Amino acid sequence: MSEQEYEKYYVPDQSPWPFVGAVALFLIAVGAGNFVVEVTKDKEGYGGVTLGVGVLILLVMLFGWFKNQIDESMSGLYSKQLDRSYRQGMSWFIFSEVMFFAAFFGALFYARVFSVPWLGGASNNAMTAEVLWPSFEAIWPLVKTPGGTETQAMGAAGLPLYNTIILLISSVTCHFAHVGLEQNNRKKLTLFLGATILLGIVFLTLQVEEYIHAYTEMGLTLDAGVYGNTFFMLTGFHGMHVTLGTLMLIIMFLRVLSGHFTSKNHFAFQATSWYWHFVDVVWVCLFVFVYLI
Amino acid sequence: MSSISDDVHSDNQHSDDHHHAPAGIKRWLFTTNHKDIGTLYLWFAFIMFLIGGAMAMVIRAELFQPGLQIVDPNFFNQMTTVHGLIMVFGAVMPAFTGLANWMVPMMIGAPDMALPRMNNWSFWILPFAFLILLSSLFLEGGGPNFGWTFYAPLSTTYSNDSTGLFVFSVHIMGISSIMGAINVIVTIFNMRAPGMTLMKMPLFVWTWLITAFLLIAVMPVLAGAVTMVLTDKFFGTSFFDAAGGGDPVMFQHIFWFFGHPEVYIMILPAFGIISQIVPTFSRKPLFGYASMVYATASIALLSFIVWAHHMFTTGMPLFGELFFMIATMLISVPTGVKVFNWVATMWRGSLSFEMPMMFALAFIVLFTIGGFSGLMLAITPVDFQYHDTYFVVAHFHYVLVTGAIFSIMAAVYYWLPKWTGKMYDISLAKWHFWCSLISVNVLFFPMHFVGLAGMPRRIPDYALQFADFNKWISIGGFAFGLSQLIFLALLIKACRKQGEAVDARVWDGAKGLEWEVPSPAPYHTFETPPEVK
Repeated sequence: MSEQEYEKYYVPDQSPWPFVGAVALFLIAVGAGNFVVEVTKDKEGYGGVTLGVGVLILLVMLFGWFKNQIDESMSGLYSKQLDRSYRQGMSWFIFSEVMFFAAFFGALFYARVFSVPWLGGASNNAMTAEVLWPSFEAIWPLVKTPGGTETQAMGAAGLPLYNTIILLISSVTCHFAHVGLEQNNRKKLTLFLGATILLGIVFLTLQVEEYIHAYTEMGLTLDAGVYGNTFFMLTGFHGMHVTLGTLMLIIMFLRVLSGHFTSKNHFAFQATSWYWHFVDVVWVCLFVFVYLI
Repeated sequence: MSSISDDVHSDNQHSDDHHHAPAGIKRWLFTTNHKDIGTLYLWFAFIMFLIGGAMAMVIRAELFQPGLQIVDPNFFNQMTTVHGLIMVFGAVMPAFTGLANWMVPMMIGAPDMALPRMNNWSFWILPFAFLILLSSLFLEGGGPNFGWTFYAPLSTTYSNDSTGLFVFSVHIMGISSIMGAINVIVTIFNMRAPGMTLMKMPLFVWTWLITAFLLIAVMPVLAGAVTMVLTDKFFGTSFFDAAGGGDPVMFQHIFWFFGHPEVYIMILPAFGIISQIVPTFSRKPLFGYASMVYATASIALLSFIVWAHHMFTTGMPLFGELFFMIATMLISVPTGVKVFNWVATMWRGSLSFEMPMMFALAFIVLFTIGGFSGLMLAITPVDFQYHDTYFVVAHFHYVLVTGAIFSIMAAVYYWLPKWTGKMYDISLAKWHFWCSLISVNVLFFPMHFVGLAGMPRRIPDYALQFADFNKWISIGGFAFGLSQLIFLALLIKACRKQGEAVDARVWDGAKGLEWEVPSPAPYHTFETPPEVK
């Protein structure tokens, strides 16, 4: 780049936050590893406390690290090239999340297409069924496991359908908030961003409602056989992602209120909106494969 | 081009610390410098290699004679498990990540990795993950003992309470790999110097780009697998329990969907390294550069559709057995392209046999042996005989020890003078090479024979007829373990900057941007990108 002006790529100086984050993850892992034993086997221990301290340190770290970056960005240290790094990094992160969900969708498909029919004697497994569980009926949703646990299937109508509509609308409002930001229309931005957050919260509330209904009235629990497993793991991890997405949206809302972002420079907002669209797409897949068919 | 790093930014605010690293422990804890982080990764990997190696010594000591004599079977199982986990996630993968950290920015003319702080985070969570894993060995009931593949129901119904710690430490390793891979991939896509088009990139960069893609695609699947193990063990789910409608074989499918691309994660960067070294010491450009790139990409894509060749004996439907057999054999085509190209690069070159080249040549021969035994294992009907025997152990140690590890050693011998500015102790290096080369074959070659004769893996005792071979295997093992101490001595000497000073190019046939900067490479390189013609 002999002729053109080269915009220097910002390489930050030393930062304590990554190491603080490593300590936080260490405490979280040790805490969680002990906590699962303490919770499920009624043992005394410090797992829960360690986990809590780890999460607190992680929050402090996230706050400090992001503050650092917001300050740098506001003081104009970031070049276009750095912005591209962030965008590409976020895209690949979302791809990794897709693959995480793929593992659980894979488990769902495998159970549905292979393991349950095989237990009922399909393919070359007639003797498996005959010897192990002759009275087992291979149907999906699996409302009665070979071991005898009974449950009910969650229908698609009602809450799940409402939730689908809510999330789809929230993706649209999120998009309009972004358009508002690009047009430098702050009123439009705040309005639509606020609406997105609200819809996210409504979604989560209804999801909790559905879980309570499943646990108290339907006998559909996490340990109710492979149908309940896949149902709660998929919707549960999705719900965690929506929670995280909502928190990110709230932070964006606060930043918008303090006048951050310009129509050209708003990577954090863009990343949050990508993330929001991503949880939306996952939900559509969930709705189709977990509830509908 | 050699003055690139000296003539820029005299008025920059950081100019006073441009070529000096901060001092003290904080330099290492808080660093954002790709070279520092690369060094941390490499030392961490080497320490893990020694710890995992010590566990292999325990295994070989127990197997020196038939019968149970030194450790009890439960501890033996913990040793095989943790040896595998450490070597895969603690030694080979961090070593490659360390090499990528050091070399990728220098090879593409970037000032640093794209996301320097995240880079430091992805390193520092690793030692903590292994601290958790290793300390679980000292808990009541012991550490993980279900094999590094943690098959259900061994890891669910029959495992001990340290499984929770195991699961979360694997989560951290996964997070580390994903962040590291995102950093590499973004660096390569976004930070190349002007003129450094994709098809001009050095092959090490290319292979790491594809490896990073594999990592981002499959490490989350591993996270899913360990999460299901966690809930199956502690929260009553039955993903891997037939009584609840699940299937233990489903675990193997999910695990190997991660696990097979994982083995290419551990070998593609090795291919990259060999493709850098062979042309240098043949004084010829790499034969078939483009075909190398396409071969690497084909291997990576095929690696997603071969996973069930680890599971031929689980009773899959016949169509599955045939599909996975043929898909697996297909991989030998692009791999063959690579071996052919390396040999063709040497053909009529003016060869010289410095240490990196010696390791590279050993790699080509011995890795190919491992490749051929892999081809044998790919044949479904004969795999029914080989499955879970020492033949499998011989196969994957040929590809991982004389493949991945030898390539890492070749890389260290190739780039160490660039890192320290001094030539390492060549006579120690020769001792290291010859001792390793001979002992590694005494160690792993007889495993083929005992495996074909039916000796099962992961068992602390064996039938009398395997005694002689096992004695030799153990002797080879101890010798290989001791040989690595020579390497340790060499590295310590090199880090103390003993030895003859080298010039920027170090090897007279070396080509590429990393050889344009002075040796030792300044703390910051290419702050203004070089122009690549």
